[in-house]
Amino acid sequence: METLIDIKNLRVDFALRSGTVRAVRDVSLSINKGERLGIVGESGAGKSVLGFSIINLISKPGKITDGEIIFKGHDISKYSYDQMRKIRGNRISMIFQDPMMTLNPVLTIGTQMMETVLAHMDVSKKEAEKICLEKLTKVYIPSPEKRLSQYPHEFSGGMRQRIVIAISLLTSPNLIIADEPTTALDVTIQAEIMDLLLELCKTENMGLILITHDLAVVSEVTQRIAVLYAGKVVELGLSEQIINNPQHPYTQGLIQALPQMAGGKKRLNQIPGMMPSLLDMPKGCPFEPRCTICIERCKQEIPILKELESGTQVACFMRNGANKR
Amino acid sequence: MFAFAVKRILQAIMVMLIISCIGFAIKHNFGDPVRDLVGQRVTPTERAEIRERLGLNDPFMVQYARFLGDAVQGDLGQSYFFKKPASEVILKKAPATLELVLCSAFIITFLSVPLGIYAAIKPQKWFSRFIMGSSIIGVSMPVFLTAILLIYVFAVELHWLPSYGRGKTVCIFGWWDSGLLTLDGLKHLIMPSIALSSIMLPLFIRLIRSEMMEVLESEYVKYAWAKGLKPRRVWWVHAFKNTLLPVITVGGVQLGIMVAFTILTETVFQWQGMGSMFIESVERSDTSLMVAYLVFVGLIFVLVNTAVDIIYGLVNPTIRVAGRK
Ligand SMILES: Nc1ncnc2c1ncn2[C@@H]1O[C@H](COP(=O)(O)OP(=O)(O)OP(=O)(O)O)[C@@H](O)[C@H]1O
Ligand SMILES: [Mg+2]
Repeated sequence: METLIDIKNLRVDFALRSGTVRAVRDVSLSINKGERLGIVGESGAGKSVLGFSIINLISKPGKITDGEIIFKGHDISKYSYDQMRKIRGNRISMIFQDPMMTLNPVLTIGTQMMETVLAHMDVSKKEAEKICLEKLTKVYIPSPEKRLSQYPHEFSGGMRQRIVIAISLLTSPNLIIADEPTTALDVTIQAEIMDLLLELCKTENMGLILITHDLAVVSEVTQRIAVLYAGKVVELGLSEQIINNPQHPYTQGLIQALPQMAGGKKRLNQIPGMMPSLLDMPKGCPFEPRCTICIERCKQEIPILKELESGTQVACFMRNGANKR
Repeated sequence: MFAFAVKRILQAIMVMLIISCIGFAIKHNFGDPVRDLVGQRVTPTERAEIRERLGLNDPFMVQYARFLGDAVQGDLGQSYFFKKPASEVILKKAPATLELVLCSAFIITFLSVPLGIYAAIKPQKWFSRFIMGSSIIGVSMPVFLTAILLIYVFAVELHWLPSYGRGKTVCIFGWWDSGLLTLDGLKHLIMPSIALSSIMLPLFIRLIRSEMMEVLESEYVKYAWAKGLKPRRVWWVHAFKNTLLPVITVGGVQLGIMVAFTILTETVFQWQGMGSMFIESVERSDTSLMVAYLVFVGLIFVLVNTAVDIIYGLVNPTIRVAGRK
């Protein structure tokens, strides 16, 4: 398997007045060509920041302060603005959460599609339009010729997300980063959009990073899952392993909290407690304050990812052999 | 769009009715049309007779209807001082004022847009800080002070520019005395229009900057960056077009207000326009002329605002389509 992108010890800091928030802490991940990776974790875990840092589009004052992102043999985290611009929307496309907000309300769909093609490909306007129409057909937009002159508000949420997906396909990228692409949509449409995305990734052999906090969805779409907690990967493995045999107590908690796991009980199983503030992290394992199986060592040392026999990597002293009971 | 335009025009007519009603009430209560006609040396019985003949003893509403009927035909009464129809006097003075306002609007547009946008996209640069700092001073500086300073520096000390009057004018269309076509006229226009724009310019810079900054934070601008577009395209096509919408609305109102603001500027520079004419008509208790000015300025105000609303509709696709249905 050929590696598509290799993230090594990535660190993203927000230098705020109240202190430095480290939203991504030494994350290492790699994705193979055409592979689909899920990133899960609760709100504020740093999923979006991690996703955006790949194309170096972190909102201010966020900055990559350490680590490497190797894409096609180059460390793109060190790229100049112009070098990065040629990757964005070209080799690596993004799909944002809320299609109501993603498309510019005063520009036609045609304008917003064409500009992407023209920014990255050396084609005439005619050819660019042909590409747009072809991709709109791929996402099942009926009568695409008419759609090009319409404005975003003339479409439903689901349709808009299809258009955003079509835009992300325009330049046949190697990787799509989708940040909660269905959260803002109607429940009935969510599955539809997810299926479309999955189908397209397969047929076009594109890599996918799917950011979500919905474990059920991610297990159906992706081959591997990374569980993020307070900016750290705490568990990484094959999707079926993570779902059926979670190792980290946090992952176990997440799975327990799934509605179908609650087994007819009225209340869902919530993980008690809250994620620690990124400004005031515990000295040891970040999950220790909420953990039910922690030991003294967890308070003192930060566990690192270690591979188990099953192939799953987990960052927990109680699981990765360092302290087997 | 058509329905929208009709609606706005009906609203404009309503506003004009209200303005004319106020104008007429002033005239009715403070004016003395008999004096306007015959002067002081006529006996009381003769006056009473004239009053009756002119219908001045009719009920308010009847007189108002008559006033309105005349006004629609362009007859706003007789100026006591000039012994001429008020509308004729105003039309003679209007070009001076309108040219002054247009020139100021021109200065404001061509300075506030680039400066406001620059200050928004490069807020950290010293030049942005300089723009913002001086705009605060500009806002708090009264027009007459600006005007007097200008006169002192450029007319009295440097002798570069004439300090009063309109200079040489050329008559176009048979009635419009234009100062825009002669070098002398343009020289005379420079200082008054700078003085007049000095109040609105800082306000517009600040408005454009704050709107632009807000738009730059939006999801669709972030998405435009993620598509790998060139900065110019993101700023001018994606961000500026959205900034324009609120600015157009405010701009229209301000342009109308500026017509009224000319009173001060015209007085300082002895600019023979409607503003100085109004001051003189107040001094001479020329009620008909005062009211005619009020109605005329109201009309310009309403016309500009309606036009701006319709332009807004053209820029904003949401309104455009809502009207199409
Ligand atoms: N603009 C910012 N300024 C300061 N801190 C930020 C900023 N953006 C993100 N952070 C920090 O980074 C952390 C991770 O944010 P992120 O948006 O990646 O969370 P997330 O996992 O995507 O959550 P969600 O599921 O709610 O989208 C936040 O907890 C916050 O402390
Ligand atoms: Mg997020």
